[in-house]
Amino acid sequence: MTGAGSKELNDFGAAADAWFRENVDPDPGFMLPLTFMEVGTDQQFEWLRDWQNRVYEAGFLGAAWPEQYGGGGLDPAFQAEATKAMRRHNGPIMLNAIGLNWTGPLLLDLGSEDHKKTYLQRILSAEDIWCQGFSEPENGSDLGNAQTRAVRDGDAYVVNGSKIWTTLGRYADHMILLARTDSNTPRKYDGLSFLLAPMKTEGVRTVPIRKLTGEHGFTQTFFTDARVPVDRLVGEEGQGWGVAMRTLEYERGARGGQAGGYVSVQADAWDVLELARGMQRAGAPALDDPVLRERMVEFIIEIQSLALCRQRLGVPALNSDRPAGLPLSSKLMNTEFARRVNEFAITLTGAKGAYYVGDPSAVDDGIWARAYLNAFSATIGGGTSQIQRNIVGEHVLGLPKS
Amino acid sequence: MQDIGRIGFSEEQADLLDAATVFCREKSPIAKVRRLIEDETGYDVDVWREMGELGWLGIAAPEVYGGLGLPIGAVVPMLEQMGRRLLASPFLSTTLAAQALLVGGTEGQKQALLPKIAAGTAATLALVEASGDWNLENIQCAATDAGAGALRLAGEKFLVCDAAAAAWIIASVTYEGRPNLVVIEKAAIPQGALRRETVIDETKRAFALSLDGVETPKANLFDPARASAAFAHIHLAANLLGSAEMCGGTQAVIDYTVDYLKTRKQFGKLIGSYQALKHPIVDAYVGYEQARSHLYSAAHCFGEQGAGEISTRMAKAQADAAFSYAADRAIQFHGGFGFTYDCDAQLYRRSAIWQAAQYGDGAYHKRRLAQLLL
Ligand SMILES: Cc1cc2nc3c(=O)[nH]c(=O)nc-3n(C[C@H](O)[C@H](O)[C@H](O)COP(=O)(O)OP(=O)(O)OC[C@H]3O[C@@H](n4cnc5c(N)ncnc54)[C@H](O)[C@@H]3O)c2cc1C
Repeated sequence: MTGAGSKELNDFGAAADAWFRENVDPDPGFMLPLTFMEVGTDQQFEWLRDWQNRVYEAGFLGAAWPEQYGGGGLDPAFQAEATKAMRRHNGPIMLNAIGLNWTGPLLLDLGSEDHKKTYLQRILSAEDIWCQGFSEPENGSDLGNAQTRAVRDGDAYVVNGSKIWTTLGRYADHMILLARTDSNTPRKYDGLSFLLAPMKTEGVRTVPIRKLTGEHGFTQTFFTDARVPVDRLVGEEGQGWGVAMRTLEYERGARGGQAGGYVSVQADAWDVLELARGMQRAGAPALDDPVLRERMVEFIIEIQSLALCRQRLGVPALNSDRPAGLPLSSKLMNTEFARRVNEFAITLTGAKGAYYVGDPSAVDDGIWARAYLNAFSATIGGGTSQIQRNIVGEHVLGLPKS
Repeated sequence: MQDIGRIGFSEEQADLLDAATVFCREKSPIAKVRRLIEDETGYDVDVWREMGELGWLGIAAPEVYGGLGLPIGAVVPMLEQMGRRLLASPFLSTTLAAQALLVGGTEGQKQALLPKIAAGTAATLALVEASGDWNLENIQCAATDAGAGALRLAGEKFLVCDAAAAAWIIASVTYEGRPNLVVIEKAAIPQGALRRETVIDETKRAFALSLDGVETPKANLFDPARASAAFAHIHLAANLLGSAEMCGGTQAVIDYTVDYLKTRKQFGKLIGSYQALKHPIVDAYVGYEQARSHLYSAAHCFGEQGAGEISTRMAKAQADAAFSYAADRAIQFHGGFGFTYDCDAQLYRRSAIWQAAQYGDGAYHKRRLAQLLL
């Protein structure tokens, strides 16, 4: 293994830079999704799957995962360089988010040798697409109350019930599934188990759900006597809650080990500034308006806050009072910012704020309105902002449970 | 996209942060803060002497003048911890006076004053006038030649911090129609020219100062060629260090409120379990963490062209927003007790208001940032 700052690292960074410069196609001929949650058409899906595969084959995804499972076996600094290069050249997102960022690190930490051998490389290459079956129609924020049943029958669990809001559900080969193996535990959490469930198998059916944007995104997933082999259990039976909570830590970025790259691109305050420069108010540039000026500056200060907080995470001496503070609050900070900045962008477009994607008169093809609507995917998905505030209040500030 | 700052933290800063954390906690328990509020002097002279002995007043002064030769960002952890413990002393005033001298003073002035300041003699700045303008170069006070190498001063200064403790007061004046600064020895100030002011933050000591009739040697005038640079530097340095005090105060008022939310019960439940209280205090906390990130970016980048000014103004704007919100909610979340003088929430709320009034509040800095960024 080679450390940061070495010649190897610099060479690797340069190679990544050259590769992304060469291979990022600025215009695939259709609109690419900004996040993995927005993948809506087969065309987008196939294109992004191929893109992820090429990045992996070039050595710029999973560079820090162990070699025997398909990774590059390098120090995390190498993957960080590759990800930076990807960003620098505006590379499209990595498609297989739930595999790369949540399932992968989870299996590396807690999976059996067979799990790692079976799944990890195929996650990186995007041969296997993963989805997440946690939420249910009746149990979302209150995930611990999940009722989808998994009943042991010989060498398999037989699963019945329904999961909902399944991102990439239509395409997925596997699901990380939180299911109830015991309905009679005193604590509801203790009856849950965590399974690696095949999706393309008998008894699993997905039904597409139309999103607020009008597009199709996630699915509802129905299980009718679907069989999951017993050795697809992660952790012990009845320990599923702990495993699921750990998965959410990867998802929210509070715990590391992800394969690298990024799974969403955020419009940021600087893009909005560019937009503002082109807009008019009362016959003058919009940025002459003192109110808009102040708000614009506030958004720039805020996006800088987010960048600086990420940097400060790397300085333990500046996190000594509440070490969990920044990791546990980053999802809340980042997702709420994205929602508000996109909302502001719409208002900047004046009368044209009335247009939506598809109209030739829409500013920037209508991406601001769509990005605002889609921003709720992150303030709701992965634990709502209200739940995040509970988490920060309880686990960082030590307040009593609500 | 321009460089607007980044986090960096040196080993010296880390050591100073550790030292200041322990020192301020031990020297400034809240009961003592309240005792000193009632005290005319307003600070513990023994603690002040100790700070001088520890070399804290020379942290950002070059070694040739008896200092440690560190960048001013190294002073940030000290003021952060002082703000956190509401530790009263002429430290900020004296540090800013030294900064003014460093940038605008003549070599003779630096050699005469800086080593003494580094060793613990207090000094201060007299900048604010009746207009209350934050623009430091909007000056009515004047210096005119009085013959025999002397200057005669005229006009009135307000909010001169720690003037009673200071051995030197550096005042802004116009001289020959141009803004400049002049060093006034305490001895040159007549009886009655200083009047203690009543200020919102009772841990602070501020004075009105009548300059009418005060005389001072012409050699005490700053280098006219560097006056403008000195004003700009004072403005930014004061905002950097003020932001540090504010971040410390924000942390403290959040801790204080969280303690209450964990102990006070109503309707049979700890009030911290109610989301109407929990969620806003989390928002305050997130605002604090963001302010602290900006603070240490400004501390790191202060000396850089462009990024220094931008990061400092951002730090002040964010600190103002975070401290005001946290301290305002602190009063509300203590209920009837929050309305009392005994509740510490008022100490922080008053501090936040005081700090906002120093060298520009959030709105002021956002306006300047708009000019720099948009
Ligand atoms: C785009 C998108 C993609 C998603 N992808 C997936 C996926 O792939 N897999 C998956 O399993 N799930 C997924 N989800 C589901 C997501 O995790 C849930 O929607 C979320 O946890 C909220 O649950 P709910 O929808 O049942 O809302 P509810 O829990 O019913 O919440 C309704 C409202 O009540 C508030 N609320 C609830 N409980 C509390 C409380 N204790 N305190 C304060 N406020 C509270 C919530 O904040 C919310 O505003 C996705 C969601 C979205 C939007």
